[in-house]
Amino acid sequence: MSKPPETPSKGLAIDVSDVTVAYHDRPVLWDVDLEVPAGVLLAIAGPNGAGKTTLIKTILGLVKPAAGRVLIHGAPYREQRALTAYVPQRGSVDWDFPTQALDVVMMGTYGKLGWLRRPGAKQKEIATHCLERLGMADYRHRQISQLSGGQQQRVFLARALAQDAQVYLMDEPFQGVDATTERAIIDLLRDLRSQGRTVVVVHHDLQTIPEYFDWVTLINVRRIASGPVSTTFNQENLRRTYGGRVAFLSSRENGCAEKATALSDVQTPPGEKPGWMA
Amino acid sequence: MLASVFNHTTITIATGAAVLGAVSGALGSFAVLRRQSLIGDAISHAALPGIVMAFILTGSKSPLVLMLGAGVAGLTGMLVVMLISSSNRVKYDSALGIVLSVFFGFGLVLLTWIQKRPEAAQAGLDRFLFGQAAALLRRDVWALATIAAVSFIVLAMLWKEFKILAFDRDYGVSLGLPMRRLDVLLTGLITVAIVLGLQTVGVVLMSAMIIAPASAARQWTNRLGRMVLLAGVFGAIAGVIGAVASSTIPRLPTGPSIVLAVGVIVIISLALAPGRGLISETLRRRKNHKKLRLDAVLTDLYELESQHTPETPHGHTAKAIQAMSFGEGEVLKNLLELESRGLVARFSTNHWAITEKGRHRVERLVQQLDSSAGAAH
Repeated sequence: MSKPPETPSKGLAIDVSDVTVAYHDRPVLWDVDLEVPAGVLLAIAGPNGAGKTTLIKTILGLVKPAAGRVLIHGAPYREQRALTAYVPQRGSVDWDFPTQALDVVMMGTYGKLGWLRRPGAKQKEIATHCLERLGMADYRHRQISQLSGGQQQRVFLARALAQDAQVYLMDEPFQGVDATTERAIIDLLRDLRSQGRTVVVVHHDLQTIPEYFDWVTLINVRRIASGPVSTTFNQENLRRTYGGRVAFLSSRENGCAEKATALSDVQTPPGEKPGWMA
Repeated sequence: MLASVFNHTTITIATGAAVLGAVSGALGSFAVLRRQSLIGDAISHAALPGIVMAFILTGSKSPLVLMLGAGVAGLTGMLVVMLISSSNRVKYDSALGIVLSVFFGFGLVLLTWIQKRPEAAQAGLDRFLFGQAAALLRRDVWALATIAAVSFIVLAMLWKEFKILAFDRDYGVSLGLPMRRLDVLLTGLITVAIVLGLQTVGVVLMSAMIIAPASAARQWTNRLGRMVLLAGVFGAIAGVIGAVASSTIPRLPTGPSIVLAVGVIVIISLALAPGRGLISETLRRRKNHKKLRLDAVLTDLYELESQHTPETPHGHTAKAIQAMSFGEGEVLKNLLELESRGLVARFSTNHWAITEKGRHRVERLVQQLDSSAGAAH
């Protein structure tokens, strides 16, 4: 179980107010408010089509809201780009693109590099280090199509890491990854939190939310609830988010308690790095 | 024949064709990687009305004037594509198709109308359909080379931005790069490359010069830089071969000759490239299957033996091993192959036993299977 979140002393990392987004005439997000304190691990959950991806794309300025306002550490995204890093869904790019893992990770340094400057030894070093942190150093010269799905996901995470940001927005990083990658992502998330950075993750798997995250936002076009997992992640809020599937959910929640216990038994003992870190 | 290959005119034409092949090959790489292969077709067809209008307005057939018209029309076509596909519910490829056919149709109407006019001055505009390298003059080649050089400089200066645009556009936006403007600029460069090639290759086949060298180059490398370079080289080679062929062989149109040359390069690349080529892929698959078959026989032998340890090893017949697998009568062949690799040894003429080396191999295989099953979980 995660430790109880501290009171947000550093203020709000992300402040979304009254955001409405519509594709054509169909609202995807309706009047959403979201306040994310600095230094938390936040999961955004909700059913398919609830607007989870749209919400983080709106925070990033990739989607223009019809109404509302987004602030990152007190200023619009335009001015705070250097503070923010984005991990898109793995399926959003063509992995047959002719490039190597290291080149993809180096893209994370382009923002700070500026126009007309080519990435050099320093950028290569940053990228290599970031791949190392995700246990991918041996794969840095692999053509990206020859990586497994989990390894591709770790390349994307390493790229965001290379941006050295304060706020990380990740779109379903746990989607269809192997156990090694899942472990690597969790360790990375905890690492980032211990450094006081804020991480927002679109997450599908309700079972693992209490174990991996300390804050949760439940949305279904509207924001249903948002706050610390311990007080927010409950039957009532889940029922309001997922609607009629409450019976299904409660049985899953029971199973989830068992699974969570089982998982904490096999967790790596403190101080002992998992094999891939070696 | 040789003398005519090296005469002045031919060298001029070959240089021009090499330049246009290099530019369209290099820039075409980005169109292919962005899955916008049709873009070349749309721009080149959309350029036709521009060529005819430029002639109608100026009465000049100077290549620069006509190219300017082609460029304006091509760019207009692309802007219309972006407008249609962003503001309405029309998909990008449909928008390309609409612009291609409407603009080209309009161009053909203009061309037919102007050809019915009595003056002889308009003669020759229709050679833009299939290209005519013989019309290239020395100063045209200089103009081509200058524009090409500028395109390459822009490409080099914005290399990393174009790379992100092609690989992960949204990520580029999140970094604060003006992706829409970069997109318009890259499309503009591709338009320039196409316009440069129109006179030589022609409206109808110009899109091949955008797609084919890039597709061939992709086969040989997994790095973007090398792919763009190689596509440029392939385009240049095809340009030279086609232009020289058409200027030495009478009544051979240039466009089709160049496209045939690049077609041969594509076929060779698809077949022979190491790694991605069809032949190397087939060989790799065969080798893999063979390895799997050998491993199956070896594992069977290992299991047979493990059934009666710690007796002294005494070997098994090929028949006994075959009984374990759904044999295809190849067991003996596989055993001989395994023997030559030192993985099994022969006790007598038809009794086989696994060697120490073979045992290690099986144990390692089992380990690998277990760990990959764990990782897949």
